[in-house]
Amino acid sequence: MNRINQLFEQKKESLLSIYFTAGYPDLNSTVDIAEALEKAGADFLEIGIPYSDPLADGPVIQHSSLTAINNGMTIKVLFEQLKELRSRVTIPVLLMGYFNPLLQYGVEHFCSSCKEVGVDGMIIPDLPMYEYEDLYQEYFSMNEISNVFLITPQTSDERIQKIDELSNGFIYLLSSSSTTGKDLNVSDQTENYFSRIKNMQLKNPTMIGFGISDHTSFAKASEYANGAIVGTAFVKILEKDHYMEQIPKFIKELKG
Amino acid sequence: MNYQVDEKGYYGVFGGAYIPEMLYPNIKELREKYLEFIEDPKFQEEYVMLLKDYVGRPSPLFLAERLSKKYGAKIYLKREDLNHTGAHKINNTVGQILVAERLGKKRIIAETGAGQHGVATATVCALKGLECIVYMGAVDIERQAPNVARMKMMGATVIPATSGSQTLKDATNEALRDWINHPTDTHYILGSVVGPHPYPDMVARFQSIISEETKWQLQEKTGKSTPDYVLACVGGGSNAMGMFYHFLADEDVKLIAVEAAGKGVDSGESAATTLLGKEGVLHGSRSLVMQTEDGQVVEPYSISAGLDYPGIGPQHAHLFTSRRALYVSITDDEAMLAGMELSKLEGIIPAIETAHALAYLGKMKFKEDDTVVVCLSGRGDKDLDTYMKYFGL
Ligand SMILES: Cc1ncc(COP(=O)(O)O)c(C=O)c1O
Repeated sequence: MNRINQLFEQKKESLLSIYFTAGYPDLNSTVDIAEALEKAGADFLEIGIPYSDPLADGPVIQHSSLTAINNGMTIKVLFEQLKELRSRVTIPVLLMGYFNPLLQYGVEHFCSSCKEVGVDGMIIPDLPMYEYEDLYQEYFSMNEISNVFLITPQTSDERIQKIDELSNGFIYLLSSSSTTGKDLNVSDQTENYFSRIKNMQLKNPTMIGFGISDHTSFAKASEYANGAIVGTAFVKILEKDHYMEQIPKFIKELKG
Repeated sequence: MNYQVDEKGYYGVFGGAYIPEMLYPNIKELREKYLEFIEDPKFQEEYVMLLKDYVGRPSPLFLAERLSKKYGAKIYLKREDLNHTGAHKINNTVGQILVAERLGKKRIIAETGAGQHGVATATVCALKGLECIVYMGAVDIERQAPNVARMKMMGATVIPATSGSQTLKDATNEALRDWINHPTDTHYILGSVVGPHPYPDMVARFQSIISEETKWQLQEKTGKSTPDYVLACVGGGSNAMGMFYHFLADEDVKLIAVEAAGKGVDSGESAATTLLGKEGVLHGSRSLVMQTEDGQVVEPYSISAGLDYPGIGPQHAHLFTSRRALYVSITDDEAMLAGMELSKLEGIIPAIETAHALAYLGKMKFKEDDTVVVCLSGRGDKDLDTYMKYFGL
C-alpha cells in the first residue's frame, strides 16, 4: 500500500488535491509550495512536469509550463527537488506529465526514481491503456507507483470497467471533455454522468477534476466522488505577487 | 518486408495512438470505420467523381525536357500543382470530407502550415456546406497571406496559433485542443501522414492516388510502370507517402525523401527531422521527433512553412530506419535556387516546399537512361512574396 491507498482508506469524502507545475513561478518554488499546501489542508498533490506541447492544457497551465521550462526545470532537476520534499511533506504526491519527456528519461528508470524520492503515483494523459499494459505496467507495479487514468462523459461503461481493473489508486473523472481551465458548468447531463459513474460502484475511489475552481464546484464534485482536484484556479494564484501568503486562504475558501 | 500499418496501428515500432482519453472515442470511431467507409462502392464512386470533375485528376505526368537535359536523366514531374487549389493536399481533404459526412459530423477543424491544407479543407467544406475552422501559426499567417484570404473567401474561420514558434506544430496543438473541447460534433481533417492511428494510414491511402496514376502514366509513356528514382519533399510526409505508396513493394525503385535543412543542419535552425530527431511521441504518434535531451520538442525552422515541422509521419520513420527510403536534406538557399531554376527552364513556378525535392536533383549522379519522377507537390503562387523578397524581384 502506498500513501495514496492509505489516504483513501482513512478518508473517503471531500478530499482535496491540488495541481501545480514544477518550477513555476520560480525554479526552486516547488517544495515551498508543496509544503504550504499540506499545511493549508490539501489532502494530496499533483506536481506537473512541464512540457513544451501540453495537448490537454489550456492557456494558464501552458504558460506555467513554458515559464518552468525557461526557468530550467527538467525531470532530473525535479527529482533533486523531490528528495528534499519528502523531509517536509508527508501527504501523497503524484506527478502529472506527458509521455515524451518520460520516454526520453526512460520509463523504467523514471518509475524507480519515483520510488526513491517518495512519489506515489503518475498521471500520464497521453499514454494509452494498451501501451501501458503491454510495455510499462510492470515498472509501475514493481515500484508501487499508482497509474491514474482519466475518464470523460464520453468514455463507455465497458472501457470504464477496464480502467477500473487496471487502476490501483484512484480514477480521475473529467467533469467534461475539455482542456484544463474551463469553468465547470453543471448541467443535468453532467449530473447524470457523475451519477452513472457513482452507481457503477467501481473498486477504485474517484476524484473529479477540470473546472473545479471554488467552494461551490468543489462541494458539488464531492457529492459524486471522493473529492476533487483543482489545477488552473490554483496556478492562477501562483501568477500573483506574494502568492505564498495567499495559499492558506485559497485552500480554506475552497474547502468552505 | 511489410511497410504498411499492422492491426495495432504500428509501422515497426512507430505509430500507435498516444492520445488523451478525451480524444479516444473519436479516434476509436474513426479507426473502426475508416476502411469500411473507404471500401464502400458508393464512397468510391463519389470520391473518384470529385477527384475527376472537381480536383481535375488525373494530374499530368510531364516529361521536363530542359530539366532532363541539364541533369542527364529522364525527369518526369507529377503535376500535383495543377490540382484545384494548387497542391496535393486536396486529395486528402476530399477523402476526409466524405468520411466526416458519413460520421455525421457538422463541424470541421484543420491545422495548416503553408495554408495549402487549410485552403483545401476550406474548399471541401464550402462544397459540402460544413462549418470550417482552421488553426494556423501566427508566423505562417504572415508569410502565407494569400492563402489566408482564400480560406476566408470560402467561409472558413482562421484562428491564429500564438503559442510556441507559432508555426505548424503549434497550429496542430491548437487543433487537437479544439477537438478535445468539441468531443461529439467535430471531425478533425489532419493534413499529413502524422497524428494518431488511423490518420497516417488514412491520409496515405487518400494520397496514394499520386503513385497509382504515376504507374499507369509511366507505362503509357515509357512502356515500363516503374522508374529508377522517385523524389518528394517531406514535411509531415503526405505527398511523399502518396508518391511512394505503390512503389513500396518494388524494391528496385529508389525512394528519396527530401527534408528541409533550413539554414543548415548544424545551424540550430533546421527542420531535418530524420537527421536531428530521436524516437519520441508528438501529436499522438511515436515517431522521430526533434527534441532536447529532456524530451522537450524543439522549434524547427524552414523558409517553407509546409516543411517547418519537428516530426515526421510514423510510416516515414519506419521507411527511414528500415532503409527502404533515403532521407536527405536541402537548405533554404538551395531550395530557392531550384525554385528559380524550374521557373526558368520549364515555365513552372513551384511551391518552396516542392523546390526542396527539385534541389536534390543537382546532388544526384544519374545514368543517361535513368527515369526519375519528382512529385511536384504544389505551385508557387502562395510563395511569391517570399520569392520576391529573396531574389529582390
Ligand atoms: C506544396 C506543398 N508540398 C509539401 C508540403 C508538405 O506536406 P507533406 O509533407 O505532408 O506533403 C506542403 C504543406 O503545406 C505543401 O503545401
